[in-house]
Amino acid sequence: MGVLLNEDTRLLIQGMGAAGAREARNSLDYGTTVVAGVTPGRGGQEIEGVPVFNTVRQAVEATGANASLIFVPAPGAADAILEAADSGIPVAICITEGIPVRDMVAVKRYLRGSSTRLIGPNCPGVINPMARSRAGIMPVDVYMPGSVGVISRSGTLVYEAVDQLTRLGIGQSGSVGVGGDPIIGTSQREALELFENDPDTAAVVLIGEIGGTAEQEAAEYLTQMKKPVAAFIAGATAPPGRRMGHAGAIIAGKAGTAEAKKLALLQAGAAIAQSPSDIGSTMQTLLKERGLL
Amino acid sequence: MKLHEYQAKALLAKYGVPVPRGRVASTAEEAAAVASELEKPVVVKAQAHTGGRGKGGGVKLAASPAEARAAAAAIIGMQLVTHQTGPQGLPVHSVLVEEQIEIARELYLSVIIDNSAGMPVVIASAAGGMDIEEVAATTPDQIFQQRVDPTVGFQGYQARALAFATGLEGDLLRPATALMSALVRAFEENDASLAEINPLVVTTDGRVLAADAKFSIDDNADYRQRASFDARDRSQEDAREVEAQDHGIENYVKLDGNIGCLVNGAGLAMATMDAIMFEGGSPANFLDIGTQNNPDAVVAALRIIGADPDVSAVLVNIFGGLARTDIIAEGVVIAKREGYIPQPTVVRLAGTNVEAGMKVLDDSGIELLRADGFAEAARMAVKAAG
Repeated sequence: MGVLLNEDTRLLIQGMGAAGAREARNSLDYGTTVVAGVTPGRGGQEIEGVPVFNTVRQAVEATGANASLIFVPAPGAADAILEAADSGIPVAICITEGIPVRDMVAVKRYLRGSSTRLIGPNCPGVINPMARSRAGIMPVDVYMPGSVGVISRSGTLVYEAVDQLTRLGIGQSGSVGVGGDPIIGTSQREALELFENDPDTAAVVLIGEIGGTAEQEAAEYLTQMKKPVAAFIAGATAPPGRRMGHAGAIIAGKAGTAEAKKLALLQAGAAIAQSPSDIGSTMQTLLKERGLL
Repeated sequence: MKLHEYQAKALLAKYGVPVPRGRVASTAEEAAAVASELEKPVVVKAQAHTGGRGKGGGVKLAASPAEARAAAAAIIGMQLVTHQTGPQGLPVHSVLVEEQIEIARELYLSVIIDNSAGMPVVIASAAGGMDIEEVAATTPDQIFQQRVDPTVGFQGYQARALAFATGLEGDLLRPATALMSALVRAFEENDASLAEINPLVVTTDGRVLAADAKFSIDDNADYRQRASFDARDRSQEDAREVEAQDHGIENYVKLDGNIGCLVNGAGLAMATMDAIMFEGGSPANFLDIGTQNNPDAVVAALRIIGADPDVSAVLVNIFGGLARTDIIAEGVVIAKREGYIPQPTVVRLAGTNVEAGMKVLDDSGIELLRADGFAEAARMAVKAAG
């Protein structure tokens, strides 16, 4: 099992440029079934041993692709997501950074009537270490199969948290980078729901950051969860009104502060890591308390 | 990217939002000329990217062109300090000279993105001229919202609902709803992230006007909002941040502390700042180098950090994914060799190509403080900064 990806995942990559090709290679080396690439105008070629098609529909028809990883540059990324959805791809994972918000407004609305789940954009992707299925840009060496799910708005903080867990001998059932943009396909709340319903996951690490109210919405769901959650919120020291890299990471109002988010998660029952270097140890303590370690 | 008030009003006027008559002036003489053209008492307003301009001495009333000249002379060239700017303030290079208006009522109107709903939302309140967050916190029942569904756009009934809720009735209904629709259109067509009219005023002669306007444009839409971005006033931004952007480093924010940070990923960069604070230190900047796999970008970033007089130690914290640690390491070595970062430098590398990255540092023979983990790196940097 695991979330979003599994042994049956047949991965398609939209945007077989330098990054797309490199990550196709990395995912293949990891053991992922990468079946197709899509770059308009390069149909018929092979890149990294993967057949390339002109359209997503052609790729799906020829290869049975059931997940798409999108590297298409920002001006064309919304188009690429919609093409994946229109071709019936169940899971589309968009790595692309810098997509205009207006494009994501349209995409988000379109997807409401669609069976496609979007992860991202501006995210590191999804990995299932047990199935060795990787749709993303994460370094694989830090992962170890196990039963902790990791959710984060930030890419590099996923790696950091996973690394800390692995060094403590705590494996992962998967990680989902939901993305750092204001409008994303799958919220932290929905990602929590995925792990809560995954029989292979025993506990979840949730890594949020300043800006918006997504962590508060996740906290609402957290109160209904059976599985324990450890959380960290980045940006406790960020000044208000300044955008901290991620377009979504800007404190506007009290709800957007790290303090308010930590409080909401704490009150919902999460164990809070105060320092980013304590994410792994906070989960370790939590697992011991619950008799899961 | 933020527009100045005069730019925001010109843009909104283009869409049919009524604004007071007036013009921007960059000298006292020009200000006097605008005042004579208007043939009315005027208000002279500092053009700077901050709220609270009145309290900071950036807004003055003038009854005559001579008074307008004097007011403009006092404002142009000042460093405007407000509760939003910090003690250094912002430079003022121009003023907006506008007719004074007779105000009967002040309201609030804005369009922002509702992240959770994934669409724009129009917010109106009868409590105008105040900090809207304050209103939201103390009297949330005074705030009215209507979402703009992208499939059909902002509808007439939604504008009417907001108008009636805020008492814009009778003869005011039509101009008010037209203004709201125009504001939403301006928001959508310009890739705005914020379009705010505070206050929206009803004049004693029954007009509805945007007395002030704030307008911000999505930085990610720069490639298709060229005209607005070409009119960007860089003097309102931190000089180091502008220099960083000129080198392709979009995500640099100057802070108050003394530890210069170079990190990949926004989340890790924020967490690095948090870790420094947790260890008792203070970061001099936020810098997300992103995934630029090019040592030149790293060198440029380190040069900006090293040249910051506040910086007494540098912390490089990289967890490579798409970014390659060996390329970051090359950049660090070059920056050290060239003397761009004379400060003690702590380097922590993990992730993609970490062995190659470590080797680059080892082979360079350059004196660097090497850290294995996150907390250790922060601790070493705090110690090195003294």
